[in-house]
Amino acid sequence: MHSIKQTNRVKIALSLVLLIFLTIAVMVPFYFMVVGSFKDVQNIFSNGLNVKLEISKMNLDNYKSLWSNQDGIYWSWFKNSLIITVLQTVFALIFASMVGYGLALYRFRGRNAIFAIVLIMMMVPGSILLLPQYKLFTQLGLMDTYLGVILPGIVPAGSIFFFRQFAMGLSPEYAESARIDGCGEFRIFWQIYVPLMKPAFGAMTILQTMNTWNDFLWPMVVMKSDRNFVIPAGLMSAMTPYGNNYKLLFAGSVMSVVPIMIVFMLNQKQFIEGLTVGGVKG
Amino acid sequence: MQKKKFSSQKIAPYLFVAPFVITFLVFSLYPFVSAVVMSFQQVNGFQDATFVGLKNYRTLFQDGDFYAALWNVARYTFWTLLILIPLPMLVAYVLNQKGIPFKGFFRSVYFVPVLTSSVIAGLIFRYAFSSEKTGVFNQWLSVLHIGPVDWLNSPHTAMFALVIIAVWRWLGTNMIYFLSGLQGISPELYESASMDGANSWQKFWFVTIPMLKPITIYVLTISIMAGFSLFNESYVYWGAQSPNNVGTTLVTLIYKAAFTNGNFGYSCTLGVALFVIVVVVNLIQTRIMGLFRD
Repeated sequence: MHSIKQTNRVKIALSLVLLIFLTIAVMVPFYFMVVGSFKDVQNIFSNGLNVKLEISKMNLDNYKSLWSNQDGIYWSWFKNSLIITVLQTVFALIFASMVGYGLALYRFRGRNAIFAIVLIMMMVPGSILLLPQYKLFTQLGLMDTYLGVILPGIVPAGSIFFFRQFAMGLSPEYAESARIDGCGEFRIFWQIYVPLMKPAFGAMTILQTMNTWNDFLWPMVVMKSDRNFVIPAGLMSAMTPYGNNYKLLFAGSVMSVVPIMIVFMLNQKQFIEGLTVGGVKG
Repeated sequence: MQKKKFSSQKIAPYLFVAPFVITFLVFSLYPFVSAVVMSFQQVNGFQDATFVGLKNYRTLFQDGDFYAALWNVARYTFWTLLILIPLPMLVAYVLNQKGIPFKGFFRSVYFVPVLTSSVIAGLIFRYAFSSEKTGVFNQWLSVLHIGPVDWLNSPHTAMFALVIIAVWRWLGTNMIYFLSGLQGISPELYESASMDGANSWQKFWFVTIPMLKPITIYVLTISIMAGFSLFNESYVYWGAQSPNNVGTTLVTLIYKAAFTNGNFGYSCTLGVALFVIVVVVNLIQTRIMGLFRD
């Protein structure tokens, strides 16, 4: 008995070594980013990438430059990212939950075909359609607009799949008894099943927010004028062959991580539970 | 009354799935068809297109950049799969043991990198992989008296620089998937394995791994797609043109053909090629893993 306890202790100690090592490895790039954002550019690059923690040499100048640089263009990018992320996430959650619910709780002609298309869409990268979508959106006059960035992603296949898996685990009996009480189909969805799918909404809110906030290629293609960029595209534009705007890059990177961290912190528990409950069951 | 309810119950599912069907037709199927058509055309601006038969496809098969990019994304996918399936599985297993303190803390910390956009991760790693003696990775290597290494200019180190971002960003996400899989395994399976005299390694091999198969297939599918459509990290490191194609990807070529060279037809040909490649790889994958068999 004693020796079993002993081996268990050794196992836990070894596990903790691994976990702590990984924690450090994961945090190192954040450390570079945050420390760099409080330092003068000359200081950072005087010695390669100087990220020693020297409180006396650290200041808020880089952050101040977010306001002063080109009349605070960074905050235009920030605003664009915020608007696009909120709109796209809200639409994606509404539509993906509807479609996932429809696929899970009704039997109808074409259901399997539609679900097969959802699966194919999950396996095929959207970037194969870069040019034809660009052409279509140019013809529709949606270039350089929020709508142009948002539209292709408002009914995402991955989220449909997740909501469908989640809803498959819910009993259809609630719907049947509600029908007997004369409840309409949409009300059954909205008032009975949406509350039941709350953990799935928690998980998908984070995934959607994260994907949209960090999306790069499509927004870069759609948004042509520099005031209309989203943050990742804007930061890329701060790197030019003629020199990089390091102040903007460092402080801007840190600021761009903050909102998504807040969303994660607030939804964390729901998120992990949602992923666990919804689980991916092949 | 009875009749109306009946019909609404018949129509309702179509209304629920309508948003997907409509956006699929307009924003995916129509562009896809138009991509296939344009892949057979020489397109000069969107009003002026002439059919050129298989010319673009002939160009494709003779295009050294295409093969370089294909080789890059295949290697990238291979390495990310080799690392990002076993490692997160191991971490999830370790984290799921009884008696591990601060479980929630570790779980959250590992997840944080994926919240950072690949562009911002790329910016940080780009500085860290500086070819200067004083770059972060070169400083670490100098302790071992190696280097300085010109990380982003030679094929193996460039691949390493791409893979490390993927490992850093996705470790936590895949771990959470496997963790959710582990929590779904009934403890009775382990108990009966113990009664048959299995040690903990045998339990891991004969109970845990087979039970994690559905999650593994999901992670595999997603990783293959992400690997073959790699763009952001490569673009942050090298822009649309990397030295000797050390970091060129298929999507880089699609982007470059369209927006640098204005060769719209060829961009579509590359898109169709990427589609075919991903479909073939997924077919092979499902054959091997038997997605539809069990």
